[in-house]
Amino acid sequence: MTSQTPSLPSLRSLATDAGRRATGGRPIQIEVTGLNFYYGQKQALADITIAMRANVVTAFIGPSGCGKSTFLRALNRMNDIIPGTRVEGQVRIAGQDIYAPGTDVVALRRRVGMVFQKSNPFPKSIFENVAYGLRVNALTGSRAEMAARVEESLIAAALWDEVKDRLHESALALSGGQQQRLCIARALAIRPEILLMDEPASALDPIATQRIEELIYQLKERYTIVIVTHNMQQAARVSDDTAFFWLGTLVEFGPTDRLFTAPREKLTEDYVTGRFG
Amino acid sequence: MRAARTSVWAAFSDRLLQGLGLLVLALALAALGALLVDVLVDGAGRLSWQFLTSYPSRRPELSGILPALVGTIFVVGLTAVIAVPLGVGAAVYLEEYGTQSRLARLVEINIANLAGVPSIIYGLLGLGLFVRMMAMGRSVLAGAATLALLVLPVVILSTREALRAVPKSLREGSYALGATRWQTIWRQVLPSALPGILTGLILALSRAIGETAPLITIGALTYVPFLPADIWSPFTALPIQIFNWVSRPQAGFTEAAAAGILVLLALLLATNATAILIRDRLQKRRNA
Amino acid sequence: MLCAALSIVVTAGIVFVLLFETIAFFREVPITEFLFGTEWTPLFLNKSYGVLPLVTGTLLVSVIAMLVALPAGLLSAIYLSEYAPSGVRRIVKPVLEILAGVPTVVYGYFALLFVTPLLQQVIPGLAAFNALGPGIVMGIMILPLVSSLSEDALYSVPNGLREGAYALGATRMQAALRVVVPAAFSGISAAAILAVSRAIGETMIVAIAAGQQPRLTLNPLVPVETMTTYIVQVSLGDTPTGTIEYRTIFAVGMLLFASTLALNLASHWLRGRFREEYA
Repeated sequence: MTSQTPSLPSLRSLATDAGRRATGGRPIQIEVTGLNFYYGQKQALADITIAMRANVVTAFIGPSGCGKSTFLRALNRMNDIIPGTRVEGQVRIAGQDIYAPGTDVVALRRRVGMVFQKSNPFPKSIFENVAYGLRVNALTGSRAEMAARVEESLIAAALWDEVKDRLHESALALSGGQQQRLCIARALAIRPEILLMDEPASALDPIATQRIEELIYQLKERYTIVIVTHNMQQAARVSDDTAFFWLGTLVEFGPTDRLFTAPREKLTEDYVTGRFG
Repeated sequence: MRAARTSVWAAFSDRLLQGLGLLVLALALAALGALLVDVLVDGAGRLSWQFLTSYPSRRPELSGILPALVGTIFVVGLTAVIAVPLGVGAAVYLEEYGTQSRLARLVEINIANLAGVPSIIYGLLGLGLFVRMMAMGRSVLAGAATLALLVLPVVILSTREALRAVPKSLREGSYALGATRWQTIWRQVLPSALPGILTGLILALSRAIGETAPLITIGALTYVPFLPADIWSPFTALPIQIFNWVSRPQAGFTEAAAAGILVLLALLLATNATAILIRDRLQKRRNA
Repeated sequence: MLCAALSIVVTAGIVFVLLFETIAFFREVPITEFLFGTEWTPLFLNKSYGVLPLVTGTLLVSVIAMLVALPAGLLSAIYLSEYAPSGVRRIVKPVLEILAGVPTVVYGYFALLFVTPLLQQVIPGLAAFNALGPGIVMGIMILPLVSSLSEDALYSVPNGLREGAYALGATRMQAALRVVVPAAFSGISAAAILAVSRAIGETMIVAIAAGQQPRLTLNPLVPVETMTTYIVQVSLGDTPTGTIEYRTIFAVGMLLFASTLALNLASHWLRGRFREEYA
């Protein structure tokens, strides 16, 4: 990755491919209305309203500190573990407001999985990592069922061939890229509807990054994916819709090809042409 | 000229301070050495199988350490059984469930204070509470309960350290997969913190093995010609037996005391070594 | 959860048990006689309940211990923090930990049967039971505590201060004594106070080597009795529950608890102040 600022024409060519993926007809799966988020007294997100569709890859882009990771984590209520956070507004997933009092947060996280920026495999075997979600949620009955699910998830994460002979070795012995795919397999094992990915390839080398991007392209057949990325080319390559965040507000949201080639807001155009950020 | 003199003095005083520091440490090392040599010289000759398996007696040559050894192992074992679940539980609560509430801070200050209370005060607590009010009598149970309270702050503090060292990413990964807080603690945090918790256990056990004052205060006997039968029996312990022999004027008892000290030190060494070994094995297994 | 509340229960228990018997004690013996009386003979026929001899006994031994532990501990800490190469540290730190971990009964043996006879060769008037021998040994026992806490305090002083001094041409000693130690002063004071608290509460060394004769004196060469030794002495005997003799150990215990609590709180407060300065 060179650090040249991308010129509009090259992004345009990338984005036109993205534009061929028509997304307009898909049902809305995540609907956010007027979301405000506070860390204690500090407001991190202001009045976010966005509707993301099923089986679509939506990318969140924006300069660092703009709130895109915070917003991502709000979608599976991972911010709950940070003390002092407050949420106003609605987040509806498949029609249900996940912030309604009495919501089962554990069940929510089963349906909305997450992959983190820095891969965090548990200090257990490869098999046990993937099976962890199955165990804590009691999703499988017999050992055979569990083994079948583990295999299915590792295949879906394009890792099976590399590890099938050493399932019981420690996950910490894998390379960075393999560990990240393991974390993806682990998330897929519990069969979520939505997969949230927080800069999943930022800590990886270009080849590993490419494999992850190919994987995302395959996965969107079965899952709805929301990906945070600071790499605009990645967003252009991988996503169908893109949302641009700036200083805690949603500046523009739309199909990726349009956002990169003909953005409506000046701020968006400045960002995607590299004038800042 | 004055500058030269000051710098000569500066260089000299620098060396002097360095030398003094080293001297102090050498003296401390020498003191430890003198202690060990003194005990060895006095007591090595007295160590024998007969010593380890006999009961105390009025005749110094016949006195043995068996009831004291058994008593110590019994009481300290029971102490661990009481203190570890309580201590780890309290630490888990404070670390994982506690907020910055005033109650949590109060408990923290409280535990820090309890760590500094003289051990004999714990003895008085044990006497008033366990021996009298709860009518346990001067039993193994009362002794173990008292010692458990004594070592509890140590277990809690070191367990909290171990829990804090577990990386946040491990917890987050677990929560993101839909695990509850308890599942995360039980399946990820505690196993990860286990080596550190074991360290705390080592410290607690070492402390308990060497403690004399609280046990004397709750009424551990100093002349015990029998082995404790169960947790309600009266008992004695190694340090108490040593204390008893040291207090006797006859020369033979001095040797017996020294031999007793050697047994005590050997027990401490064995406990520490075993626990360190277990901890290292665990750490190796986790890091693949 | 219950477990955490347990620690509060323990403190409450200590206070309650001590208070219960102490109040009963003060119904029979006026508190002024207890605190200011100079004769302590509760176990003799002619009963006297002035606790001062026990207090002076405790203070005498503790002061001797501090005279050993404080300078030596501080010197050791300065050396380890500012001078010591890593090879020396690797040997010295475990040795200090072992010193701190030796059971006090063993130290008592050492004081009575090695240190006192040794001192008797130098000081002919030294009694077999005295304050000097156990005081010195207690100092050796407390040295690691002072050293490690002071070292922590010195370590917390930001390196920038040291480097500023070195850049002005200071030797390590000048930097240490003029810049680092003053900067770490409240942390070191906290360590010293904690060490005093430890010395006051120490039991076995004095029970074995200092004697059981309560005596209002500042002479370190004669037998004395400390507060802790007295409690041990009564516990070894056959004092029945509910008698005033039984209650004396709680009254003395109360005094001991109150003193160490005050010292521990002072040390805690000082350490908090120190952390604020450098955290």
